[in-house]
Amino acid sequence: MVAVLWSKFWDLTVSGVTLGSVYALVALGYSMVYGILKLLNFAHGDVYMIGAFMGFFMLRWLGGPVDPNVAAWVAVVLMFLFAMAACGGLGVVIERFAYRPLRNAPRIAPLISALGVSFFLQNSALLLFGAAFRDYDTFDLIGGRTFHYRDIFLSVPQVLTIVSALALMVALTVLVSRTRIGKAMRATSFDREAASMMGIDVDRVIASTFFIGSALAGAAGVMFALVFGQIYHFMGFLAGLKGFTAAVIGGIGSIPGAMLGGLLVGLAESYATGYLPRGSTFQNLYVFALLILIILIRPSGILGKADVNKV
Amino acid sequence: MPDELTPPPVDQPRIGVDEWVASVEGRRDRYQGVTGAVRRVWDGLPVWGRLLVFLVPAAVFPLFASTGNLFRYGLITLIYALLALGLNITVGFAGLLDLGYIAFFGFGAYTYGFVASGYTGRHWPAELAIPLAIAVAAGVGLVLGLPSRRLVGDYLAIVTLFFGQAFVVIANNADQIRFPFFGHVDLTGDANGLDNIDPLNVFGWKVSTTKEYYWFALGAFVLAMTLIYFANESRTGRGWRALREDPLSAEVMSIPVNRLKLMAFVFGAGTAGFAGSIYASVQTGAFPGDYDVGLLITIYAIVVLGGAGSLAGVIVGAIIVNGVPELLRDPNQAEWVFYTAIAIALFATIRPWRRLAAVVGATIALGFALHAIADAWFPRWTAGQPGEGKLAHWVGSWMLLPSHRTQLGNWAYVILIAAVLVLTLLHGIWRTVLLVPTIYLASFVWENLLVEQTAGATRFLLLGALLVVLMNVRPQGLFGTARVEIV
Repeated sequence: MVAVLWSKFWDLTVSGVTLGSVYALVALGYSMVYGILKLLNFAHGDVYMIGAFMGFFMLRWLGGPVDPNVAAWVAVVLMFLFAMAACGGLGVVIERFAYRPLRNAPRIAPLISALGVSFFLQNSALLLFGAAFRDYDTFDLIGGRTFHYRDIFLSVPQVLTIVSALALMVALTVLVSRTRIGKAMRATSFDREAASMMGIDVDRVIASTFFIGSALAGAAGVMFALVFGQIYHFMGFLAGLKGFTAAVIGGIGSIPGAMLGGLLVGLAESYATGYLPRGSTFQNLYVFALLILIILIRPSGILGKADVNKV
Repeated sequence: MPDELTPPPVDQPRIGVDEWVASVEGRRDRYQGVTGAVRRVWDGLPVWGRLLVFLVPAAVFPLFASTGNLFRYGLITLIYALLALGLNITVGFAGLLDLGYIAFFGFGAYTYGFVASGYTGRHWPAELAIPLAIAVAAGVGLVLGLPSRRLVGDYLAIVTLFFGQAFVVIANNADQIRFPFFGHVDLTGDANGLDNIDPLNVFGWKVSTTKEYYWFALGAFVLAMTLIYFANESRTGRGWRALREDPLSAEVMSIPVNRLKLMAFVFGAGTAGFAGSIYASVQTGAFPGDYDVGLLITIYAIVVLGGAGSLAGVIVGAIIVNGVPELLRDPNQAEWVFYTAIAIALFATIRPWRRLAAVVGATIALGFALHAIADAWFPRWTAGQPGEGKLAHWVGSWMLLPSHRTQLGNWAYVILIAAVLVLTLLHGIWRTVLLVPTIYLASFVWENLLVEQTAGATRFLLLGALLVVLMNVRPQGLFGTARVEIV
């Protein structure tokens, strides 16, 4: 019994960490936006979906997975760059037109606006790209090589996902803690009004937050598609939901929290699929149960600070 | 002078303006002209008079509508309106963003199907089955509300959204669950749902035709509306409003915030369960695909368009949100609806008349000019076939209908979105100038891309855009009262 359980363990862990890196990147976008605007950006999951499609179209423009016009690694890098740039731009546009005019509106207004943007993006994708599932055909592009260390097997796209997610997170951490714009972001999220009095251009800071968060979501979309293959217009909904769950579990507004939460959700989903009864059907319910549990035990998340409501 | 009375924008310092006085006098100022007269009459009507304004046309409608139209425009609108009433309690009165609302609708439908269908072999009469459906939905609402009590707005939204998704998963798979004491019970069918659900059988009255269902739904709606009206006028209703405006102050004023939140959840869920049981019997089935995000957005659009917290708004919102897309289903009607909507929007927003005439004239001229150019040099661009009908024929000689329409339509769609966004940034003469090609582009996209998918993508696309635009332009909706948030 134990041997059977153990035999799956490393496979599940690897796929959980891979999935977790994707969720962590999505969660970072949620968390950053929430930290600054206190806004739940429902459209974030759909930005991720658009990112996956942008990567797909870049790949096709480069000649398709079987016989690309450039070397495979160049193609992958270009796909990432294009998806991140397009999604970042999209994020800025969404902020400018759907959220900025509502910054002083009642709290529920931007949430409903976000819901509208999400639905608009989903159905635009359905209209433009069709309802069919698209496939990256990663195998044709990269080949089926795997690395292994004893029992741990990693395919190339998995390594690529984990490494590039780590690199992006490190880059983000450096950006937030060391650069001028990062300092401005921290100040804005601490107190927007005071920040603007100190001469920080709050609008610009918020726009760049949206750009970075959405670019991360775009990268996550490409990673997901590279590892798991299929993309379709509705894929952003669940990913967004889990990304947000990850952000809440880790403590919303906290960047290391989002990373930790993403890993936890990815691992939980993977182990649930492998070990729990009817896991592959009910995996989302298990993640949901985890969310409820965390909220009951520690509403501010694992690394979050408790919010004191002052008047 | 109205200019002095309107309060300055929120981001400017507000010194020396008594906001309350300004807003009241501003409102009185706005009660002018024909709309002002209508509003004054409406405000003067007693409550039952307002109900009659809606009830009389609703009662006359089945006398001349065909069965198909009665179903599509009457019955479904009523069911949506009933659903929106429930959502209006949680979102409109209490201000809780409940995104799992459709799950309660599903619980109602499945409960009804479970106790009254050929699928399970039980045939309870409706006077027992419907209260059970309401009770189950309300009970689930209570269970979901309990952990959500402590959650602030956004956390609540995500938990409930996840819950709605969980419901779809359960509905798809709960046929395989084994219970500790009962053994295997098929609760929901599988992905095919529960079929063969009984028609309503209320105290011996077998509701079977569309007309009878319409009457039943109308009665149910009026009943629910009356109850909710009184609930809202009561102490509880005032508590909800206090909770919506400011939970912290409400709590300080010794209002039982947690209990009121739970009550709002339970009331909303119960109403949804009621609507669900009616819907299940109308459809003679409960299918998991029906209780998904699409319907959630539709109901949100109804509540938000009508104005959160307004009962009259729910009715008007339901008529618009359900009626307009139904009109769009027929391509010939769709053409009329589209161009009428554009004409109304132009007439309502552009002043002075000279400018309006210029815009309309320029748009028409632009179309004919482009069509003539394309005819002469790029015949492929006008090779497509116009639809049937007089308007379509006329449009066919004005609009470019390329033979490779989908591909061009896709690009035009993306450009159109960009153009509309840029339009909102421009002012003065440039806005008017850009408006002309934008209208033409919109018609191009409509004719070549959107008109074919009016049942699916286009409908939801427009709903999504509606939510965003509405929040930007008029967050209080058609009938809601504007709220000033004082920080």
